[in-house]
Amino acid sequence: MKNIIVIGNGMVGYKFCEKLVANKSYSSFKLTVFGEEPRRAYDRVHLSEFYDGKTAEDLSMSSATWYKENNINLHVSEMITEIDRVNKTVANHRGIKYNYDYLILATGSSAFVPPIPGVEKEGVFVYRTIEDLEATEAYAKKLKANGKVEAAVLGGGLLGLEAANAVKNLGLNAHVVEFAPRLMPRQLDKGASDMLQAKIEDLGLKVHLSKQTQFIQGDNAIEGLQYVDDTELKVDMLVISAGIRPRDEVARECGLEVGTRGGVLVNNKMQTSDPNIYAIGECALLNSMIYGLVAPGYDMAEITVNQITGGTEEMPEYIDMSTQLKLIGTEVASFGDALNDSKEEIDEITYVNKRSGVYKKINVTKDGKKLLGGILIGDSSDYNALFQIYNTGMKLPEEPEDLILGSRGGEGGSLLGDVMDLPDDAQICSCESVTKGEICGAIQNGEANDLGDIVSCTKAGTGCGGCKPMVKDLVDATLKSLGRVVKDNVCEHFDHNRQELYDLIQVKGYTTFNEVLDKQGNGGHGCELCKPLVASLMATIHADTANKEYAIQDSNDRFLANIQRNGTYSVVPRIAGGEITSQGLIDLGEIGKKYDLYTKITGGVRIDFFGATLNQLPLIWKDLIDKGFESGHAYGKSLRTVKSCVGSTWCRYGMDESVSFAIELENRYRGMRSPHKIKGGVSGCIRECAEARGKDFGLIAVDGGWNLYVGGNGGATPRHAELLAEQIDNDTVIKYLDRFLMYYMRTAKPLQRTAAWLDRLDGGIEHLKEIVINDKLDIAEDLDKEMQTLVNKFECEWKQAIESPEMMSRFSHFVNSNDDDENLVFVPLRDQKMPEHWK
Amino acid sequence: MEAILDQYKTTKLADVKVWFEAAAIASFPSDGGACVKYKNKQIAVFNFARTNTWYACQNICPHKMEMVLSRGMIGDDKGIPKVACPLHKKTFSLENGENLNGDIEAIATYPVKIENNKVFIGFAE
Repeated sequence: MKNIIVIGNGMVGYKFCEKLVANKSYSSFKLTVFGEEPRRAYDRVHLSEFYDGKTAEDLSMSSATWYKENNINLHVSEMITEIDRVNKTVANHRGIKYNYDYLILATGSSAFVPPIPGVEKEGVFVYRTIEDLEATEAYAKKLKANGKVEAAVLGGGLLGLEAANAVKNLGLNAHVVEFAPRLMPRQLDKGASDMLQAKIEDLGLKVHLSKQTQFIQGDNAIEGLQYVDDTELKVDMLVISAGIRPRDEVARECGLEVGTRGGVLVNNKMQTSDPNIYAIGECALLNSMIYGLVAPGYDMAEITVNQITGGTEEMPEYIDMSTQLKLIGTEVASFGDALNDSKEEIDEITYVNKRSGVYKKINVTKDGKKLLGGILIGDSSDYNALFQIYNTGMKLPEEPEDLILGSRGGEGGSLLGDVMDLPDDAQICSCESVTKGEICGAIQNGEANDLGDIVSCTKAGTGCGGCKPMVKDLVDATLKSLGRVVKDNVCEHFDHNRQELYDLIQVKGYTTFNEVLDKQGNGGHGCELCKPLVASLMATIHADTANKEYAIQDSNDRFLANIQRNGTYSVVPRIAGGEITSQGLIDLGEIGKKYDLYTKITGGVRIDFFGATLNQLPLIWKDLIDKGFESGHAYGKSLRTVKSCVGSTWCRYGMDESVSFAIELENRYRGMRSPHKIKGGVSGCIRECAEARGKDFGLIAVDGGWNLYVGGNGGATPRHAELLAEQIDNDTVIKYLDRFLMYYMRTAKPLQRTAAWLDRLDGGIEHLKEIVINDKLDIAEDLDKEMQTLVNKFECEWKQAIESPEMMSRFSHFVNSNDDDENLVFVPLRDQKMPEHWK
Repeated sequence: MEAILDQYKTTKLADVKVWFEAAAIASFPSDGGACVKYKNKQIAVFNFARTNTWYACQNICPHKMEMVLSRGMIGDDKGIPKVACPLHKKTFSLENGENLNGDIEAIATYPVKIENNKVFIGFAE
């Protein structure tokens, strides 16, 4: 049994333990960990979330029982002060000795505090541990109570910007003070820094570049910063985030070699000058560098585990420092030799768009063949592809600028070409170091059969998650290449996909979930995937409302309301086209007041009431229906709203009655259930005030009629709608919309929005035109009839519910009592209320 | 919050001291659940009609500590009867309370018996 002692319980120290535990020879080791901090390892990278509601426990790297479960002896609040290399023991601050066979130094670093006079004054903090953050938070509270809100962060690097975000989250005015003339001077050039600065200043932060602090003003407490150039900045608090200094004290004392500017010297096997002692993470000096990013630290941990268990892996000569992250709401990415430190003969290609807040710069070799590095600000969606191209030395497109401008030949196709063309050693997931070969290999040898399996066995995608789309593409492509068809069965209970089930239900006329399950299922009892899916199909095919089989409905449809995070619900009456009378507003206001509900106007430009308990829902709706309102179906995968601009009714530019048409369309398609939510928009002229081009269907009034656009979506990947037909009249619009919507409802995958559906439709918009306008598939008549049936059968499901005592009975928290849930706690928010935060 | 979770401990048939009459069978949806109040506990009761079995468990989902499990959809995961929490679809075995699609703590389960078309839940206290 070999004793391994790890000094340091930070992220890298933890990762060493995690990797060792997973190693097959773990049983021959006894692992003991000493941590100076009072708690087990936590995610220091996401420290700013501590002020965002996350607790120290939330940030923990492991569960509370992980160490015990894996026989690791964890000592917190215990500092190791001495190493005796001759006798191979370490001693803690109380003089107690422990034996080791291997010693791992993972002591990390401490915040570098520049020797500025006055730095010891009250109100000056560093940004490193949870204790630092707690102290800062307490001080900030005191300041705010006295009306003081100005705070500075010393350091405009990666960590400084994180700290600035934290300060902003504390409710203070954050000033970023940076010595260099750029933000993040090691990763960004001037152009990128300018763009980043503009974006964070938009959010209320202030940036002061090229400022060197001479001393800190104030008596006992800080009152400001005095700069070397004689200017000053008045602030009430300072957070120092100006760099890190490796914690190499214990190493020094026991005679291990350290660098001239600190850090424990290690070779590529992570060994120090003593072959039984390793150093990893921020305390290690490798290739003359201290690596302040967590990914190289994790690699070091992995190499060390490999070495100790008899392996021969070593750290590479060149360690990649590429980063992609979101800083203060802005996407920032920097990869390769972004600043041309190697002084190669390169060409820079830069795209700057001050309007959209995007800056992209790439360095390519003079011959245009290789990508050497790049910087992305504001939009880093291409980071994965660009990084792969750089890292694998792939050949660039004919016009290298296409890499950041997108291929403008109109043909689309991804930057990377085919993800399967990547070499096997291409690193797909950098957080967990997973290569393409490992992912494809796991599928080829049968270890993994789908995305879920790959995530389990390789951990790819479990770090920052940025590589997930690429991992999924690889999984699908590999399965396909092996002839293992990516069958899109809806779930384990059916051997059919959604479209097949649609056709079966329609043709066979099934009317209940049990019927569908018994006749077409493969022997189980259904689940939370197929039940709502079949419920939606029943609604589309038979116009069933959610009241009919409420136990198979999804969380919201079950109670005809949107469930909120504390189990209360929101209530949204329909306000078609966004038009409502003054009396209507008064009626809604009185209902909101009567039930003490939180009110807000939604993105769908209608009114939303929150905080309704299950028991209150039918009472509220009865009042609403009495005043002439009906369900807004905000809770269903259904038509939500059709937004409108003012239009020719009132607007001096309006070319047509956008409000009237929006109301007509909303009332026509209300209530129908679809694969995913549908939003429409109608604009009375080309100025497009209703933003119709961002909707599943959008109308814009032009000379001669309406232009009809389809397939636009917001969400995580926004997409503009595409032109389906031009200058058509109202009746034609309705005819085409009926067919477009019906065809989408019939053929889309579960939870697939119109944009994703249109993207994958063979032949795209041109094919859709053939079906909808030219009736190429000879189904137009069927589509028309099916839609008209839905329109004719519509009834407001809330009206239906409150008129049936049987349907009403489910709206009660308890089945054996009229009491409400006594655990519901509301706290004030501005002039209203909100649920107490999750603990 | 931990104090609330502590109230709910899996009760085996042998440990039942009180059979609490919750409600008539008809009060519960077919292949669905409803919430029963017992002293200061909230118990989710499920009528798994397809297998003619009844299950009961705590109503509080340990993920974010909300009293909502009774409103979840039930079904099976490779034969294991389960309920999916309506908030984030964490699934739990209705037999032993295990979290099937993650590693949060298990929920407490209770025995159910049917007598004279009435649903009874078994408690140890």
